[in-house]
Amino acid sequence: MHLGLLLSGPLGWLAVAYLGSLVVLFISAFWQLDEFSGEIVKEPTFDNFRLLWENDVYRTIAFRTIGIAGLVTVTDAILAFPIAFYMARVASPRVRGLLVVGVLMPLWASYLVKVYAWRVILSEDGILNWALGPLGIHGPGFGFVATWLVFSYLWLPYMILPVYAGLERIPDSMIDASGDLGGRPGLTFRRVIFPLAFPAVVAGSIFTFSLTLGDYITPQLVSSTQFIGNVVYANVGVANNLPLAAAFATVPVFVMIVYLLGARRLGAFEAL
Amino acid sequence: MQLSGPSKWLLRLGTALTLAFLYIPLLVIAIYAFNSTRVQKWPPVGLTFDWFSRALHNPGVREALWTSVKAGLGATAVALVLGTMASIAVARFRFFGREAVSFLVVLPIALPGIVTGMALNSTFTQVLGVSLGLWTIVIGHATFCIVVVFNNVVARLRRTSTSFEEASADLGANAIQTFRYVLFPLLRSALVAGALLAFALSFDEIIVTTFTAGQEETLPIWIFANLSRPRQLPIVNVVAVLAIILSLIPVWIAQRITAEPVAAGAARAEAGGEAGA
Repeated sequence: MHLGLLLSGPLGWLAVAYLGSLVVLFISAFWQLDEFSGEIVKEPTFDNFRLLWENDVYRTIAFRTIGIAGLVTVTDAILAFPIAFYMARVASPRVRGLLVVGVLMPLWASYLVKVYAWRVILSEDGILNWALGPLGIHGPGFGFVATWLVFSYLWLPYMILPVYAGLERIPDSMIDASGDLGGRPGLTFRRVIFPLAFPAVVAGSIFTFSLTLGDYITPQLVSSTQFIGNVVYANVGVANNLPLAAAFATVPVFVMIVYLLGARRLGAFEAL
Repeated sequence: MQLSGPSKWLLRLGTALTLAFLYIPLLVIAIYAFNSTRVQKWPPVGLTFDWFSRALHNPGVREALWTSVKAGLGATAVALVLGTMASIAVARFRFFGREAVSFLVVLPIALPGIVTGMALNSTFTQVLGVSLGLWTIVIGHATFCIVVVFNNVVARLRRTSTSFEEASADLGANAIQTFRYVLFPLLRSALVAGALLAFALSFDEIIVTTFTAGQEETLPIWIFANLSRPRQLPIVNVVAVLAIILSLIPVWIAQRITAEPVAAGAARAEAGGEAGA
């Protein structure tokens, strides 16, 4: 088979069409919207970026978005460990297979339906308030906490699966050696298992972080809090300021590039 | 590692709670789909199958479902061709930039959805000047579906020896014959699994879709638009359950097709490693 022919299709699509589109996005971030005519002026200026940096509202939104992405990532890493550890090191092969499918299925179940389900659960008359009511507790309702909870729910399987794979790859001999040298389970976990599984956690965090960074549906459905995605979407649609939207959309790209470079240093790509 | 009894039970408990956390929201929506009143109050007061027939006869739902199926089939077809080509190139050739090709394939899902959506939207509307519609949805979906086919086929190619292809070439077969009679049968189940996953991915996608759909309505967009209409919510519940089922069936089948060879292959590799040691 001819290599050039094989590569022409996928590279034509991904390198020309997709990377080309990213370049267009980047260039259009420097365009301007003419305030009177509403037409796009295709002359490069830094005005969009200056506005995003100098305007308190946009800056807060950018940091809030990065903040929640980090928060969700840490939450998912903590939630993922027990089940991933059970799957990798305790469960029998049959149970392990069932659990992998059990975690995989919710990952693939319709994204929007999962967000909608939480909207129903968290609503005033929802099942959460009904369940907590007798205890005298009121659920979080819609807002930042709801956004954090729903994001953590949505991306949890993306964290469990790599962490499970990472824990499974640890050779038994390492753990046995730690035990033979007198390490108690707690110490073995802290000093042997966790460091060896850490690249897998970073690998999972690429998904949890990136997916949170670019989402605008979840915040819109379970809060009135604004994130980068909401501003971008509003400027493509209602406000019709495409250059500003493009400028704000470059922020997650740069954050992700920095994040991916850091993840590579931590060995995450070998753990994927 | 020797775990004490209590810590094993704690892990079991943690696993059970995590699974409950993952599945309860899906169950809640499934229960509401049978709710006899329009008001979404927990607990439901009565059960009915009415909403199912109403949803299935709703013209908006039918049209959105059909649009989603068309977009999914189109994106899957493109992803299947491009993903297979890229995976053969990466798994069977050594060339400068091979790593870059793998990276490029993953990029559309590694970058946040709004970035891909915005990039395509700017290109379509500002540079190419085309109107958004089914074709632009297909292009957007195909871009991030390639990786699913690619991953499945690359994994299969790495497990199959090149000697079959070499034998075929030695016996005088040209590249197309080798693909048709040797490689394709070896890859068939990986291709089916990749195609099913690509379809499932496309069927569910909403973020890139909202930037590339224009006036077209896919099923997720229909759900999204109707969430703000309280009178429509009973039908939304039914559509939600159907969306879950329709996206899980392909994943389930794909899992069944590929799980066994993967597990068997891994077991064999382990056995070989131990024998070697």
